[in-house]
Amino acid sequence: MLLFIIRRLFFAIVLLIAVSVFTYFLFALLPTDPAALSCGIHCKPETIAANRIRLGYDKSIFEQYWLFLKGIFVGRDYGIGTAAFTCPAPSLGYSFNQHACVTSLIGETFPVTAYLSIGAFILWMMIGIGVGAIAALNKGKWQDRLATAFASVGVSLPTFYFGLLALFSIVIWFQILPFPSYESPLDNFPAFITAMILPWLVLAIISAASYTRLTRNGMLEAMNEDFVRLGVAKGLRLRVILRRYVMRQALIPIVTIAGLDFAGLLGGAIITESVFSLPGMGRMSIRAVVDSDLPVLVGTTMIAAVFIVLANVIVDIAYGFLDPRVRVS
Amino acid sequence: MRNHDSEPVLSVQNLQVSFTTDDGVVRAVDGVSFDVYAGETVCIVGESGSGKSVMAGSILRLNNSSTATTTGKILLGGVDVLSADESVVRGLRGSEVAMIFQDPMSALNPYYTVGDQIAEAYLVHHPEVSKKDARQVVLQMMIKVGIPSPEKRIDEYPHQFSGGMRQRIVIAIALINSPRLLIADEPTTALDVTVQAQILDLMMDLQKEFGMTILLITHDLGVVAEVAQDVIVMYAGRIVEQSDVEAIFHAPTHPYAWGLLGSVSSYGASKRGDLFTISGSPPSLISLPEGCAFHPRCVHSLGSGSRCQSEKPVLRPVGNNGSRSACHLADEVLVSIGTGTGAR
Repeated sequence: MLLFIIRRLFFAIVLLIAVSVFTYFLFALLPTDPAALSCGIHCKPETIAANRIRLGYDKSIFEQYWLFLKGIFVGRDYGIGTAAFTCPAPSLGYSFNQHACVTSLIGETFPVTAYLSIGAFILWMMIGIGVGAIAALNKGKWQDRLATAFASVGVSLPTFYFGLLALFSIVIWFQILPFPSYESPLDNFPAFITAMILPWLVLAIISAASYTRLTRNGMLEAMNEDFVRLGVAKGLRLRVILRRYVMRQALIPIVTIAGLDFAGLLGGAIITESVFSLPGMGRMSIRAVVDSDLPVLVGTTMIAAVFIVLANVIVDIAYGFLDPRVRVS
Repeated sequence: MRNHDSEPVLSVQNLQVSFTTDDGVVRAVDGVSFDVYAGETVCIVGESGSGKSVMAGSILRLNNSSTATTTGKILLGGVDVLSADESVVRGLRGSEVAMIFQDPMSALNPYYTVGDQIAEAYLVHHPEVSKKDARQVVLQMMIKVGIPSPEKRIDEYPHQFSGGMRQRIVIAIALINSPRLLIADEPTTALDVTVQAQILDLMMDLQKEFGMTILLITHDLGVVAEVAQDVIVMYAGRIVEQSDVEAIFHAPTHPYAWGLLGSVSSYGASKRGDLFTISGSPPSLISLPEGCAFHPRCVHSLGSGSRCQSEKPVLRPVGNNGSRSACHLADEVLVSIGTGTGAR
């Protein structure tokens, strides 16, 4: 098992290096000149040339990549003389648009994304598994049909539409909640909760839909297993059979998908953050795309990749614990 | 004759089980009645789809209650399983009546060790016993069902066992509470031939040791000949013949039983050495033939317009060895065939 984990971690690191090479070179090959962008339209060629040197774009792309990689571990210095400044390790570059180190930009925006993801994740797992279980236990009855309808609607609703609908109906028409304006939970916890309720619910309901289906089908499949019949024949209570026999089996694929979905969200819930004006990593990425802010794009892509690769490793390891048949082989 | 004066361990009375499907109502079990007495081994034989397993499942109320409709009576030690509270039935399951299923590869929960699963069956009916003591009981049981080095294997998972060993675990689960009645639904069908005999021997040895009654569902007449005292032959959800094992092999009273015997090489091979087969296939349980359900395949059928095609035969005593038969012609034709003078 330990060997398995070490091997998986090793491959994860190789994969991350490959991702960094790919993103870095892909973005560097874009036909934009960061040096020109950094000083506006009425820029003298001399200023552009100076900027190029200041930002390190005069060097070859391989050297730039090497400096980027080195920066992650030892930090990086930009500029010369009195204009010199340092992005400490782990440095993911410097945003010439926002005049800030990418790492500190991510440090500011990531908590917002994390709060959004964690809250929505907890809600959607509860809704998804709960509704799915109710549907499976009442197969063919109205509860099941209602759950199926919920799943179909949830799956087919686009986030931006559902998000705007929720915003308009609850905030503008019914005025149940004030217009969400993000506050850090450390500064103003009640305001944080009021701002997050809608985005949490919207993200949770949309994501829960597919979990409802997964749970329902997984449980129904498990209930047909011979070993569940043997469990009943042993004289076990329904509660015990559901927990130790049915759910145990139905939850395995859900754990896998939940891990990957959650990791994907940590890389930035772009649409939800945009609809609800949450200053998270997803919204920052979108702005970076519009502004051709390449260092920020490379940085957020790398962070998202780290989460997804890490989630894959964790899911694989978890799978070994959940299913003894995987553990041995 | 066996002593049937005492109360039966199991009494099934006019049991009917039907399933509602998209194509119509499937009458899987249609008016089955029989008694099983203490210490006996009763075999239920019949083709796939004859209602054997559904019947067995209804004894412990294991059939899906949302699709299956069950009527009649199933008396287990005075309790009618079909009308009793769920908690009462749950108390019977695994303690008074235990079950062994056909496929040991899928009958065990893959996520828990075999020791956990045997212990679970014991602890649910002995909640006062500690887990540590239960482990000793489990180890004793694993020795009894012939699992080598049980101290090591108790903590292994089902996938680490072979098919025969898994069936031994399933038997251990079934017998851990010393049940009065063991229902074995084709316990050897999914196993290798060499392992089949071992498992069967094990069951018979344990039957003696525990004084159990066994209801064995099988389509293997070799098994029937070896272990049964009483044999029930089912066809299309009904009992067509019930006889003791001697009678069924030497003087079957129903053409279907006769055909089943003929399709086994050691009993039915003709002089040319080929096997007798029953022509046709079992009928659809949604639309059974009028009259006797077996008449389209029966070589003795009296043909169109006869009562074979219009009148449903009832199970009634035939001959003088305690057999019951559901054939209109049981007295006239079949007894003579059974003694070897009839045409085949």
